Amino acid sequence: MSGAEWEIVRLSLKVSVVAILVTLPLAYGLAWVLAGRAFPGRVLVDALVHLPLVLPPVVTGWLLLLLFGNNGPVGAWMGENLGIGFVFRWTGAALAAAIMALPLMVRAMRLSIEAVDRRLVGAARTLGASRWRAFATITLPLSLPGIAAGTMLGFARSLGEFGATITFASNIPGETRTLPLAIYSALQVPGTDVAVARLAIISIVLSLVALVLSEWLVRRSALGQAEGTRLHAF
Amino acid sequence: MPSDLAFDIDCRLRVGDGIRHYHIRSGAALTSLVGPSGVGKTSLLNCVAGLARAESGHAIIGGRHLFDMGEGLFLGPEMRGAGYVFQDARLFPHLRVAANLAYGARRKRLSGGPQMLDETAIIALLGIGHLLGRWPATLSGGEIRRVAIGRALFSRPSFLLLDEPLVSLDPARAEEMAQLIISIRDELRLPILHVSHDRAEVERLAGEVIEIA
Repeated sequence: MSGAEWEIVRLSLKVSVVAILVTLPLAYGLAWVLAGRAFPGRVLVDALVHLPLVLPPVVTGWLLLLLFGNNGPVGAWMGENLGIGFVFRWTGAALAAAIMALPLMVRAMRLSIEAVDRRLVGAARTLGASRWRAFATITLPLSLPGIAAGTMLGFARSLGEFGATITFASNIPGETRTLPLAIYSALQVPGTDVAVARLAIISIVLSLVALVLSEWLVRRSALGQAEGTRLHAF
Repeated sequence: MPSDLAFDIDCRLRVGDGIRHYHIRSGAALTSLVGPSGVGKTSLLNCVAGLARAESGHAIIGGRHLFDMGEGLFLGPEMRGAGYVFQDARLFPHLRVAANLAYGARRKRLSGGPQMLDETAIIALLGIGHLLGRWPATLSGGEIRRVAIGRALFSRPSFLLLDEPLVSLDPARAEEMAQLIISIRDELRLPILHVSHDRAEVERLAGEVIEIA
């Protein structure tokens, strides 16, 4: 890989890793809430989480711009109080990637939480475990396969993020130009067939590695457990 | 006096579509509830263990108030000290036998009272020493049930709840299990509430029998 290509890969990985790590606890929390008892507004939360899956990504990007832009309500507040800006920044690309990956992560995790036998939690409670301890020692470890699957699936999805990113964070070399944006940019210039092909191959290899790693993680964490939620369960 | 009784349970439970009334006053350490399936025997055990709520009524076991709906008293399941041996055992599949046993291990009973067998003695009594390193998925039906009893005893329970402990064991295993329950009854002197649909089983365990129709 050339220095420029390496730079693009490094940025893409940084954006995706940060997006997924920050989203992980939120996704698991949402999955846990959605897998639990019904509450007023659950349908709405469920729909909101899944919206990025069905909306045109450019619309998601535009909504992010409204909310997290420098003049948006959330964006203005975060810029002022936390010093985090999103527009034209790699953090914006990470935010877009996170929002697009969230539904996939929540789905996989929710399935695996629902697959945990509630009766085991009851057994733990009669043995003296508080709600929290029963969660930490029973529900959480038994849903690890889903956490692993959801994380890698979300990671693969965020590596491929294009529409929301280019709308919200723009296409700035070295800052928000991740692999898919770099491929798109190269396609706009005549005589770059080789460059496009190289970037595409890098992209394919990265995605394959993520999928294989995910399958491996799921199998590993399902060892010794009665039932594991597989990637295919999605 | 209620405190002289091993079991003083008087409550109404939702079972299926209806409400059932249970009234159990028994001084016998081993008290068996016998009745056909569907009369809510397991529902009653769940309620005593704190996994379900009664519509009304109270339960006092060994002088300890577990719930009294009229008084607004409801101890959480973790505070009741129930040694609940489920019919389906419910061993934790991601923990080896040793970790299953240790999961609820306490040094003292919640209700105070005399110390019982120590952990080595429990393992010896149940004959599960050779199983400690195994995963639950690799155990036979009889082994699973013995480990489940061991896990309940490790938690230093204030009372035991046994849900159909002999069901689906072959005759030889069932015989062993019955002997085991009798020795637990005699050596640990714990209040034991046992439910079964099988009259013969109940008679061999020779406790006080309460019919539920």
